[in-house]
Amino acid sequence: MSLILLRGAAEQGFLYALVALGLYLSFRTLNIADMTTDGSFTLGAACCATFTLHGHPFLGVLVGALAGAGAGFVSAVLQTRLKIQPILAGIITMTALYSINLKAMGNRSNVPLLRVPTVYSIFESHLPGALRPWSKLLLTGLIAAAVAALLIGFLRTMLGLSIRATGDNRTMVSASSIDPVYTTTVGLCCANALIALSGALIAQYQLFSEITMGVGMVVIGLASLIIGEVFSDLLFKSPGVPARIVFAILGAVVYRVIIAAALSASVAASDLKLVSALIVAVSISAPAVVDLLHVRKLRKEADRHADA
Amino acid sequence: MKKLFAIALSLSMILALAACGGAPASSAAPASSGPASSVQPQEEPVRIGLLQLVEHPSLDEIREAFMAELEAAGYGDAVVDYQNGQADASLINSICQKFVGDGVDLIVAIATPAAQGAAAATTEIPIVFAAVTDPVGAGLVGADGKPDRNCTGTSDAIAVEEIFALAEKLTPGIQTYGFLYNLSEDNSVSVIADAKAVCEAQNIAFTEATVTNSGEVTTAAQSLLGKVDAIFCPIDNTVAYAMPNLAQIANEAKMPVYVAADSMVADGGLATVGVNYTQLGKQTADMAVEILNGADVKDVPVQVLDEYSTVVNEETAAALGIDPALYR
Repeated sequence: MSLILLRGAAEQGFLYALVALGLYLSFRTLNIADMTTDGSFTLGAACCATFTLHGHPFLGVLVGALAGAGAGFVSAVLQTRLKIQPILAGIITMTALYSINLKAMGNRSNVPLLRVPTVYSIFESHLPGALRPWSKLLLTGLIAAAVAALLIGFLRTMLGLSIRATGDNRTMVSASSIDPVYTTTVGLCCANALIALSGALIAQYQLFSEITMGVGMVVIGLASLIIGEVFSDLLFKSPGVPARIVFAILGAVVYRVIIAAALSASVAASDLKLVSALIVAVSISAPAVVDLLHVRKLRKEADRHADA
Repeated sequence: MKKLFAIALSLSMILALAACGGAPASSAAPASSGPASSVQPQEEPVRIGLLQLVEHPSLDEIREAFMAELEAAGYGDAVVDYQNGQADASLINSICQKFVGDGVDLIVAIATPAAQGAAAATTEIPIVFAAVTDPVGAGLVGADGKPDRNCTGTSDAIAVEEIFALAEKLTPGIQTYGFLYNLSEDNSVSVIADAKAVCEAQNIAFTEATVTNSGEVTTAAQSLLGKVDAIFCPIDNTVAYAMPNLAQIANEAKMPVYVAADSMVADGGLATVGVNYTQLGKQTADMAVEILNGADVKDVPVQVLDEYSTVVNEETAAALGIDPALYR
């Protein structure tokens, strides 16, 4: 695997990690299966691309994240006030967002950003020459670290703790006179804002935004999240929120590195996804396999002692 | 201890796969990409990275024609790394980064998103795109249509006027067209924009039925029956996959379906005045050879295919009761 490929995998990993963090908030903390993800990811990308095209890359990122929060708000209202099933509410929002995303891109399905300044090009121009090839890695790493720190801090505040409690035991929360509708809404807004932020940054990274960008994002996000959980379970007996968040980022990076490894392994183009799936399966099941072998060894020894 | 061992085992498995990867370039690839154009010494074979957007018969046709022409032009020993993006933007990014890291001499990108991904990954390695309907709109070349960075290639602009003229000849008296396409495909949207302009110029009414995936084509087609005199489908991958189904519905209702790609005619569409994708692949290969032989990318202009061929599906024509004399 070449250095550039590995570096690119790490850069994409840090950016897709934001999706994993958003899903950590909705799936794990709030216990809601939020399907809005595919739509809000593209919404962030679409809004950001349009602003960037007109010369405002930083504003574009901000607007993208806020738009994602709006999408999360709509899903939350559907679930809490209109009492629609959470999964269906997410699907409704995601479906509606397809048309909204097309409008956000000016009724086009593809917005190219090849010739306008992006946050990455601006950041790179401020770095000394020797560091320039590493500028994207630095920036994406800094962003992932900053978002992780903010999220960890937020989940320690009163509101953050209320959100965590809502996911744990909704009845208890309302018995403690905290409004679960409010906490769910805030939680979903923040989660989708994170996902949209990821979409916005990815649009500027790959220099185009496309209407089908978000398809399958839920799957990628969950895979990264769970890979991270497996590794954090290995190292910590009971991982707390900071450990989970940091390892979610790690999981996203590992997932992209796995795909890059499969690419480097010169498999036939059509077999790429099969090989990636196999590598993910092997990596995730490695701890279980090791446990199995260990138990078998113990059993053999026990049998030997029993016979002796 | 056991846990650390488990982690080490998983990581080493991942890395082992990476280490035994078949990348021909050494890992000491320079941070900046390879030379833009250089004359290769005779001993080292040329390395080309070929990225196809998605598995699709028309795109496959382009790729095969490209490879055949490359060999005919004397570059049969070129090492071509063929990768398929499977319509996944993040995969396209990784593949382009792989090409840059491997230090290929040329990148060939088939279809617009692949070309855009390649252009985002490098400004130094020459990129030859194929089958990009609107290179200016995609940002690949300057606003005047001339290459002003490292991209050039072939464009398969569709001759909408000729298709409508053929339609008027085969099934005269069309008052209303129905446009059936996927809004999320940029190439379809630009062709339909042209079609609308032609309709307005010729005072023909039109209506639209858009789909987002191949499963919706049946419903969309049925919604157009009885409202329009003919259906027109651009070079749309989504509709192409459902073409046999669409053809069956249309033939039963005696509705002519005009398309923009010859593979869609083979699948049951009535007729097209289309780009020959084998010719497109050939011309792309010729441009690539020109650059490999030392031409600067900026001096190789974008080629828009203007040799069209009329293709008619005889079975469909017979089913619709069209006189064979009209197209033989």
